Amino acid sequence: MAIPVTTTGIPQPAAGISGPSRRGALNRITKAIRTNRKATIGVVLMAIFIFVALFPSLLTHQSPNAVSNHVFAHPSAAHWLGTDNLGRDVYAQVIDGTRNVLILALAVGLLTTAVAMLIGVAAAYLGGLWDSVLNFVTDVLLVIPIFPLLIIIAAYLPNAGNNVLILVLTFTGWSYTARQLRSQAQSLRSRDFLLAARVRGERPLYIIVVEILPTMTSLLLASFLNNALYAVLAGSGLQFIGLGNTNNVSWGTTLYWAQQNNALGSGLYAWAIVPGACIALMGAAFAFINYAFDEIGNPALRPLTAAKARKAAAASIKRRIAGNGALPD
Amino acid sequence: MAHSLTDDQSGLASPLRQDPVLEIRDLSVEYVLESGIVRAVDNVSFDLAPGEFLAIVGESGCGKSTLLFGIAQLLNPPAEISGGSVTFRGRNLVQLTERELAAVRWKNMSVVMQSAMNALNPVKSVGAQFKDAMRAHGVTSTAEIQRRSVEVLKMVGIDPVHLKSYPHQLSGGMRQRSMIAMAMLFTPELIIMDEPTSALDVVAQRSLMAQIKDLQREYHFAVIFVTHDMSLVRHFSDHLMVMYAGQVSEVGPTRQLFDHPHHPYTVGLMDAFPSIRGPRVELTGIPGSPPNLARPPAGCRFSARCPKVMPRCETAPPLDYQVDGTSVRCFLYDSPEVLSD
Amino acid sequence: MRFIIRRAGFFLLTLWAAVSLNFFLPRVMPGNPINNIISKLHNVTPAQELAIERSLGIDNSASIWKQYLTYFSNTAQGKLGLSLGNGGEPVIQLIRQALPWTLGLVGITTILAFIIGTAIGAVAAWRRGSRLDSALPPLFVFTTAIPFFWVGMMLILIFSSVLGVLPSYGAYPLGVTPSLSFSFIGQVLQYAILPALTLLITSIGGWVLTMRNTMVTTLTEDYVRMARAKGLRSSKIMVGYAARNAILPNLTGFAMSLGFVVSGAILVEYVFNYPGVGNMLLTAVNNVDYPLMQGLFLIITLCVLIAILLSDIATAILDPRTRTGG
Repeated sequence: MAIPVTTTGIPQPAAGISGPSRRGALNRITKAIRTNRKATIGVVLMAIFIFVALFPSLLTHQSPNAVSNHVFAHPSAAHWLGTDNLGRDVYAQVIDGTRNVLILALAVGLLTTAVAMLIGVAAAYLGGLWDSVLNFVTDVLLVIPIFPLLIIIAAYLPNAGNNVLILVLTFTGWSYTARQLRSQAQSLRSRDFLLAARVRGERPLYIIVVEILPTMTSLLLASFLNNALYAVLAGSGLQFIGLGNTNNVSWGTTLYWAQQNNALGSGLYAWAIVPGACIALMGAAFAFINYAFDEIGNPALRPLTAAKARKAAAASIKRRIAGNGALPD
Repeated sequence: MAHSLTDDQSGLASPLRQDPVLEIRDLSVEYVLESGIVRAVDNVSFDLAPGEFLAIVGESGCGKSTLLFGIAQLLNPPAEISGGSVTFRGRNLVQLTERELAAVRWKNMSVVMQSAMNALNPVKSVGAQFKDAMRAHGVTSTAEIQRRSVEVLKMVGIDPVHLKSYPHQLSGGMRQRSMIAMAMLFTPELIIMDEPTSALDVVAQRSLMAQIKDLQREYHFAVIFVTHDMSLVRHFSDHLMVMYAGQVSEVGPTRQLFDHPHHPYTVGLMDAFPSIRGPRVELTGIPGSPPNLARPPAGCRFSARCPKVMPRCETAPPLDYQVDGTSVRCFLYDSPEVLSD
Repeated sequence: MRFIIRRAGFFLLTLWAAVSLNFFLPRVMPGNPINNIISKLHNVTPAQELAIERSLGIDNSASIWKQYLTYFSNTAQGKLGLSLGNGGEPVIQLIRQALPWTLGLVGITTILAFIIGTAIGAVAAWRRGSRLDSALPPLFVFTTAIPFFWVGMMLILIFSSVLGVLPSYGAYPLGVTPSLSFSFIGQVLQYAILPALTLLITSIGGWVLTMRNTMVTTLTEDYVRMARAKGLRSSKIMVGYAARNAILPNLTGFAMSLGFVVSGAILVEYVFNYPGVGNMLLTAVNNVDYPLMQGLFLIITLCVLIAILLSDIATAILDPRTRTGG
C-alpha cells in the first residue's frame, strides 16, 4: 500500500522550539505551507475531510443506515450515488463514513507514535539489556508480515468494532517508528547539550521530556503522518475484506458490500469508485503533507525550476541597478 | 615566475618568463539562489607558471574553494561561472563542452580534495578507482593499469597491496596519500588541492606537505593549494594569494608577504599567527566579520574592519596596485606607480 | 560473512517467535477457539473435534509446556495439520498448490517494481530541474497512497467491465486444467496482466521516491565531484558512483517494505480471485479454518524472511563496508 518513503539517514533535528521563537516557528510553518504546492494540496484536502467529518448533516439529510426498498439503484436525483444492496443511500454512507476513517487515522497515528516514542527513546536511553530486549521485540515485529498477522488476530475477534481495530493497528504498527525514533535518540544521546544536562544533575525523565523530545519534533510529526496513512490504508483494507464490524459505516465497509454484491459487474460504478477514491484522497493528503515536510526540512529535495532561478537572477540585477546606479564590472 | 598583469599593461614581455600554464582573467562565480544572486568570487585574475606552487589563503567563506572549483570546472548548481576566462594550455576551459573538458581532465589537470573519506567512492576499491581514471583516458591494457597503479602508490609511500583495499580500511593519512597518488596517474601539469591536509593531525600534515613538495620537485607540476592555515604554506609555496570576501586582496612571492605584508588584512593575518621563534608578541585578532556577499558594500570590502580605513575606502572599490613585486588591492598603495587593471 | 550468519540467526529466532505466536494466540484470545469453530461448522463429531484440537496443538491431557514442544516439533517437520475445510486435506498440500501462484505473481512484480522504480528515481535525480523531475514526485506520492484493492477494482472497471479486453477472475480460464503447454502459459500471462499491473502501479512509487531522494543527496557528495574531475563519462558516473551508493538505503528499505508487499498481494489476490496463498488465507479466515490459517501465516513469514535474507546478501555484495565491518 505505502512503502515508507524516507530520506537518507536521520533527519537533522529541528532547532528546539521554545519561548518567543515559537511564534516565529508558526509563521515559518504557515509560509512553508503556502509556498509548497504539495503541502497546500495536502492541507486543503485534509481540511475538507475534517469539515465533512464534523458536519455531515450539512451535506446530506439521509441517514446512511436507512434501509429502503430501492436496492441497487443507479445514481439519481434522490440518491446521488445510488443505493446499495439494502437500499441505503451510498452518498450518505460516504459522507458519514468520513468520520470513522478520520478517527481511525488520527487515533492510530497518535497512539502508535506515542508507544513508539516510549519504547524507542527508552531503549536508546536506558541502553544495555533493556535496549537489547526491546530491540529484539521491535525487530521481530518489523520482520513478521503484519497484514497476515492482522488478519489472523482480527479473525480471532469476529465483528471487532472500531476501538478494537485501533488497538490492533497500533499493536502491529509501532515497530517501524520505534526503530526510527530509537536511532535518532541514540544519535542525540551523546550530543553535548545532553551531556551538559546530565552533568547539571537533571533527572532522566526531565532530560527525556525537556531536552530530547523537542529536538525530535520533526521526526515525531513525520511518524504521526506516516502512521495515520498506514491506518487509513490498512484499516480500510481490513474492512474491505470483511473483518471489522461490517455494520459500521465506513468507506472500507461500503466497498466491502460493493465487492460482495459485484457492483462492478452490475454497472453500479459509483458504489465502487467513490469510497475508494475517498480513501485514496485522504491517504494522499497525509502523504503530501508528509512529503512536503520532508522537503521543507531538507532543501536539497525541493523542486528546482530553471525558470524560478532565472527570475530570481533578473530581480537581483534590477535591485543592484537601482541600488548602486551601475552594474558591477 | 612573475605576474603578467603589469607586463600586459606596459607591453613589456620578460624574456625569461615561460608561458604560464594557467591564466585566469576576471573570473567570477555566482550562486544563483531564489533569494538573489551571491557573487562568491569577484573578478579574480592571476597567472600560474609551470612548476609554480601557489597557495591561496583566506578565512572560511572567502571564496577560495569556490574559486578552485571554478577553475577546475567542477562547480555544482546553483553555483556557476558568470564571467571571465580560465585559459589552460592555451584553451579557455569555460567555453569547452563536457566532452572536450573530459580530455583535459586528469591527464593535464587533476584535483585533490579535502577529505579522502568523502572524496573516494566507498564501494569501490582503491585500485578500481585508479582503473576508472585510466580507462577513461584510453589506457586499456590491464598490465599497464596495474603497473602504473603500483608505481603511483609507491611514489607516495603506500604498499601496493592496498590496491585491493577499500577506503574505509585505510588510515586517514593513507587515504589522503592515495588521493595524491591517484592525482599523479598521468603526471599532469597542474594539480589543484583543496585543503588536503585539514583533516589530518599536525605531524601527518607536515609529512604530507613534504611528500607533495618532493613529488613536485621530481615531476615539475604546478600546484594551487588552498588552505586556511598560513603557517603550513610558508615554507612550501612560491607565491601566496590572500583572498577576502571573494576578491584577491594581496598576491605576491610568499617570502615577500610574510616579511613585508602590505594589505591591512594580510598584516592582520600575520599578526594572528603566533611564531614559535622570536619574541613573545601579544596576539591580535581582526574584529568584525566578513560582509554579506548578497549585498556587497560599495567601497572596499575590508573597510568595515580595517584599522587604516580612509574616507574614500567606503565609497569606491580599490583597484590592484603594484608594490615591490606584489599586487595589493588597497588605496594605501594608490600612487603614481604603474596601475594595473 | 559473519554479518549473514548473524542475520540468519536472527531469522531463526523470528521463525520461532512466529510459531510461538501461532501457538499462543488462540489461547489468549477471548472465547474458546474450539467453540468458535464448532459454532461455525455443524455436526462436528467427537473424532473431528479431537482432530481440530490436535491440529491446534491442544492436548488436554498434557501440560502446556508439552503441548508447546509437540506443536513445535510437528511444525518443524512440516506437519501443519489438516484443513478444516477443503475436505480435510493436509495443510501443507494445499499450501504447496497455492504458493507458486503467489510467488510467481508477487515475486516477479515486486522485483520488476524495484528495478524499474529505482531506475526511474535515479534518472529523475540525475536530471535535476528537468520537467521529469518536477512532475514525478507529486505523481508518485499520490500513487503510494492509493489502496491496492481500489486500483485493482478500477483496472477491472476499465479493462474488464467497460472495455472487456482482459479477464478479471482467477489465474486461468474456468474449467481448464493446468498444463505446461504454450497456450496455457499464454492464458496464465493474460490473466496475470491486471493483477500484476495493480501491484506495479501502487508499489513503484515508493521506490522511485526513495531512490530519487537518496540520489539527490548522493549527487552532492565529493566522490561524485571527483568522478567528474577524473573525466569519467556521465553514464559511468551515474551508475558506478552515484547509483551504486544511493541504492544501498533502498535495499534496506526493501526489507521493510515487504510487509506492505504482502498486504498488497493478499488484497489483490482477493479482488482478482487469484488462487494464491493470500486468497487462501482469506477464505480460511471466513471458514474459521484455523490450521490452514496458521500454516499459511508460517509459510508467508518464511517467504518474507528468505526474501529479506536475500536482500541482505545483495547488500553485503554491493557494500564492502558491511563485509569487513567498517
